[in-house]
Amino acid sequence: MSRYVIGRIGQAALVLWAAFTVSFVLLQALPGDAILIKFLNPELGLGPEQIADIRASYAADSPLVVQYVHTVLNFLTGNFGYSIHAGVPVGDLILANLPQTLWLASLGFLLSLVVAVTLAALSALSPLSWLRSVIQSIPALFISTPVFWLGILLIQIFSFQLKLIPIINPGPWQALILPVLTLAVPISAPLAQILMRNIDHVLTEPFVAVARAKGASHRWVLWRHVARNAVLPTLTIAGILFGELLAGAVVTEAVFGLNGLGGLTQRSVNDQDIAVLQAIVVFSAAAFVLINLTVDLLYPVFDPRLRVRQGAAA
Amino acid sequence: MTGLNTIGRSLLRDDAEIPASASKASRHAPSGARWLKAVRGIQPGLVLSWSVMAVVVLWALFPQWFTSYSATVGVARQQLRAPSAEHWLGTDALGRDLLARIIYGAGNSLSGALVAVGVGLVVGTTLGIVAGSARGRIDGAIMRGVDVLLSIPQLLLSLSIVILLGFGIVNAAIAVGITSIASFARLARSEVVRVRASDYVEAAFGSGGTFGRVLLRHILPNSLTSVIAFAALQLGWAILTISTLGFLGYGAPPPTPEWGLLIAEGRNYLARAWWLTTVPGIVVIVVVLSANRISQSFGKARA
Repeated sequence: MSRYVIGRIGQAALVLWAAFTVSFVLLQALPGDAILIKFLNPELGLGPEQIADIRASYAADSPLVVQYVHTVLNFLTGNFGYSIHAGVPVGDLILANLPQTLWLASLGFLLSLVVAVTLAALSALSPLSWLRSVIQSIPALFISTPVFWLGILLIQIFSFQLKLIPIINPGPWQALILPVLTLAVPISAPLAQILMRNIDHVLTEPFVAVARAKGASHRWVLWRHVARNAVLPTLTIAGILFGELLAGAVVTEAVFGLNGLGGLTQRSVNDQDIAVLQAIVVFSAAAFVLINLTVDLLYPVFDPRLRVRQGAAA
Repeated sequence: MTGLNTIGRSLLRDDAEIPASASKASRHAPSGARWLKAVRGIQPGLVLSWSVMAVVVLWALFPQWFTSYSATVGVARQQLRAPSAEHWLGTDALGRDLLARIIYGAGNSLSGALVAVGVGLVVGTTLGIVAGSARGRIDGAIMRGVDVLLSIPQLLLSLSIVILLGFGIVNAAIAVGITSIASFARLARSEVVRVRASDYVEAAFGSGGTFGRVLLRHILPNSLTSVIAFAALQLGWAILTISTLGFLGYGAPPPTPEWGLLIAEGRNYLARAWWLTTVPGIVVIVVVLSANRISQSFGKARA
């Protein structure tokens, strides 16, 4: 068992290192140069020697291998470099923008959980087959909806038509209502789909037939036998959901003009601020790897059937 | 109506379930009953989805058939007109007809999605087939690479690639395509492994088939349906993602009509011109839904 855990952790570290390397190769090999974009501006009046000095201070002239080793060591010691555009450490930038995104993402995730469970429960309990198929097609509609368009539509309806939420100077909670609604839609769709599929699948299992044969009602079977077995596999898409949350946050913050990690990401792409974008990429890869690792390690704890199999393998 | 019917009938050939039952019945039943059975088998949603795709493809190929307005040059003194008989979907701040911009935009959005799916399909499927056929170390190396690609959230990966390649619709499409390589590779590999384990492939090897020949004659054709279904699904996803990149400003530069960019441009006139953002979004939803529905029908045909 412990050998399995150590091996799994090592594998995760390896994937993370490879993701770091991919992001380094992608972003450092780029033809555009953020230093030139910022400092070649004629208004600054910098001569070629001064720009060369600045390049040297960012270590932009050393060979790629040296830069790579340098960056790896820096990342390991918690130094993520300097934002060329803002002139402050990337770590500070990310810390400053993190709370906003954490609020948005966690509230959006909670709401999407509520929506997904409600949809799945409605579809499982609805007695009419046409109503079931209508409910089951809602996630497909959600998935096909552009997130940015949905955000704009909500602004249009709630701010311009109904005038419920002010556009200028909304309160801190008011400002979060529409972004959270926007973000919840794309996240709830895959959750609802996997829940519905699992419920349908578990309903065909023999133990459900046994419970039915003993005279259990549909509701009792759903609640006592199906729910637990259907919820567990949703854990496996936790990593994918995290990616969706992050992408959703980027777009949502762009639509609503919020200052979070998403806004930071967008600005770093616009300014070609490589250090910032690379740190964000590495952080999200780390979070993704960590989430998957946790799920892999926790899954046998929740599902005793896997523990047996693993014991036999180890 | 007759047009819809012919589309519906041609669809039936794609759907494996219905021809199987229909052909059994047709041996005994008169042609009238066969026709009735065929009509009953038509799925309205699927027919509608294929019609939507057909219309959008026609928009992309022959935009001038559908509108007499220009997509990039506005009409003077007709700015921000609400939908009317003259401009069915209204006009934008420069007096450009919105319907014309959506119709001409189909070409950009659709070709971008095709490039994206093409990149993912060709590179991903090749990698998957090589991994599934070679097994062993090559398989391990390729699939670990796929894991790494999957560990970076797709939007961030495509943004990094867009930075590398530069802004523009083709570059955005390539970036989106590269992010889908991993899923194509996984699917293709699992399909190859599945088909390889079947008895008829064993038999083909046993009767003296070389590996390349068996791959070409037996493994590829049998893996194709699910790959096509997935490609259709990815087409919808690519349209969505490319429009997102366009909205963020990394796709086609203005005044090019592209669906995501149309929505982004309409944002500045929310209070005065709701149609500028609402209508292009609905078009995107309808097209993506259709692509997903078509993908689903391919998936069912195999099962």
